[in-house]
Amino acid sequence: MTNKDSRLFSRSGEAISLQNLQKGWGGVRAVDGIDLEIDAGSFTVLLGPSGCGKSTTLRLIAGLDEVDGGRILIGGKDVTDQPASSRDLSMVFQSYALFPHLSVAENIIFGLKVRRVGQAECEQRLQMTADLLGLSDYLDRRPSQLSGGQQQRVALGRAIISERPICLMDEPLSNLDAKLRHDMRVELRELQTKLGFTMVYVTHDQIEAISMADKVVLINQGKIEQAATAQEIYERPASIFTAKFMGTPPMNIMPASALLPAAANAPLPPVSDDILIGIRPEAIRVEDGGVKATIRNIEYLGADTLIDCRIGDAPCLVRVSGDIPPSGNEISLTWPIEKVHLFDPTSGRRIDLAQEKEWAAETADAKQV
Amino acid sequence: MKFKRTTAQMNWIYAWLLLSPALIMLFAFTHYPAIVTLISSFFSTPRGKRPAKFIGLENYQALLNDEVFWQVIWNNLLYALATIPISVAIALVMALWVNGKLRGLGFLRMAYFTPTVLPLIAVANIWLFFYTPGFGLIDQIRNGLFGLPDQNLLGQSDTVLWAVMAVAIWKEAGFFMIFYLAALQTIPPSLKEAADIEGASRWTFFRRIIFPLLMPTTLFVSVNAVINAFRLVDHIFVMTGGGPDNASTLLLFYIYEQAFKYWQTGYAATLTVVLLALLCVLAIGQFFFLDRKVHYR
Repeated sequence: MTNKDSRLFSRSGEAISLQNLQKGWGGVRAVDGIDLEIDAGSFTVLLGPSGCGKSTTLRLIAGLDEVDGGRILIGGKDVTDQPASSRDLSMVFQSYALFPHLSVAENIIFGLKVRRVGQAECEQRLQMTADLLGLSDYLDRRPSQLSGGQQQRVALGRAIISERPICLMDEPLSNLDAKLRHDMRVELRELQTKLGFTMVYVTHDQIEAISMADKVVLINQGKIEQAATAQEIYERPASIFTAKFMGTPPMNIMPASALLPAAANAPLPPVSDDILIGIRPEAIRVEDGGVKATIRNIEYLGADTLIDCRIGDAPCLVRVSGDIPPSGNEISLTWPIEKVHLFDPTSGRRIDLAQEKEWAAETADAKQV
Repeated sequence: MKFKRTTAQMNWIYAWLLLSPALIMLFAFTHYPAIVTLISSFFSTPRGKRPAKFIGLENYQALLNDEVFWQVIWNNLLYALATIPISVAIALVMALWVNGKLRGLGFLRMAYFTPTVLPLIAVANIWLFFYTPGFGLIDQIRNGLFGLPDQNLLGQSDTVLWAVMAVAIWKEAGFFMIFYLAALQTIPPSLKEAADIEGASRWTFFRRIIFPLLMPTTLFVSVNAVINAFRLVDHIFVMTGGGPDNASTLLLFYIYEQAFKYWQTGYAATLTVVLLALLCVLAIGQFFFLDRKVHYR
């Protein structure tokens, strides 16, 4: 272990296990029965719209709020009733929570000083962390004298210098501009791979989730909608919510009844009328001999063109790359049959094609009853 | 062009007209009296047909030889040295307490603020009752609970100054608490959470984070406390009249006595100059001494 980076990550990550986690705020169930296994050394992103309970979940893991029910295990040990300080983790806050009166160096080594780490070791670790994050020239400055990206790095430095096996981040990039956000995404992922800690990262930005996560946990109304790789969530969304949340523009969801009469040549598997059909805008091609659609609006976006049209009564977005399609009121659309997703209209859950027959039979039975 | 210039001139006139009421008041009632006081301190006190005459530093000479003056200065310094740190410290502790999450928080905050709303004269009357020998609150407790004899706290030279200090502290701490509370509310809770995760104890968090962040407030509050220590003497009038044997006479009270009881206006002017000089030195000193340690956000 002569490599100086490996000195920094002398400890590897720990696994986190959430079991039926519950938390309410005055009658509202912010976290409603979350079960989740987070592998040691993995990068897990908690994704969801505002107020879905993702930040609350993170704060419960951190020990900043007390759980109403359920258990939290870190590295196999039950830490549910332990305070934040004894959970052996670090956290980066959305506001960075830097101490405004302390210099960058003092901010970074605050935790080491609290734990009375010796002066020499403090200096050494500070040097390494500052080198790693490119902060060496700013160590004497106050946080207010730094740019947003530099402040973000100081917060990161404070989190990683203590070599904790787990690092929690609460929307750490939301205060940065688009360019910086992209750079920081790359840096964060690199840093995590290099140091090997377990990362739990909260965001509402699907791009951050897709670009960094080993596992994306999509949360809605305090419940997990789907926990899988970004690719799986995109390709096999478990529910209508997931299908619409992941991907821009969102997946088109149309009742099968709208599509079936539109054209006999619609590329659809044999399904019953009640089911909901989901097709991603980028899966649809403009091609003769397909389903007829009426154009309502065309939006030119540079690399892509977004066509807002209607199939029967159902609105449908089509994303075609590059050239603008021929003008006129009508276009003909087609798509590969394997890109069609099926959803249950009542529960909103995904239905696999193999199970579609059973599902249709069940609903038919239910109707007769 | 001409039109433009007149508009500009009109603006000037408007500006002066709008400023003048405040300026006139300020000069008439603050700056002019201060300068006249300084001049009068070099003149004798006019009496009847004898007008004031220039006597140079004679008043200051008399001041240096005045034993009561030195006792009053000593009293006031002791008064300031005790009341300022104690009231500021109590204010800080109370603010930290009511900044937390407690039951009946609103009531508690209001209760602490009540002494500030009350006029000092009323406060002095309340405390006069507390101190009354025999049946006052303090003696009731001393007699009833501990069986101790009556004690006249306001009637003894060695206790009277401490007794009036207690009143001032009681009155001021609540007021200063409001400033501390306001400052505490601006400290984002995420700082506490960040420190918690790092494993900082409450004391460490207070010492390394809260207290330094409160320094601007501490500076402001302590400048106010210094000024109040020399400025508020209402309770002396009500409770002790400066006695016994000048043991509770503060500088401003002494000035009042000299000016309006003994009509030694020349000497009173001299004392006033001393008071002003003292306040200037203290306030400037505080700013220069503390300012380097203060982090302004």
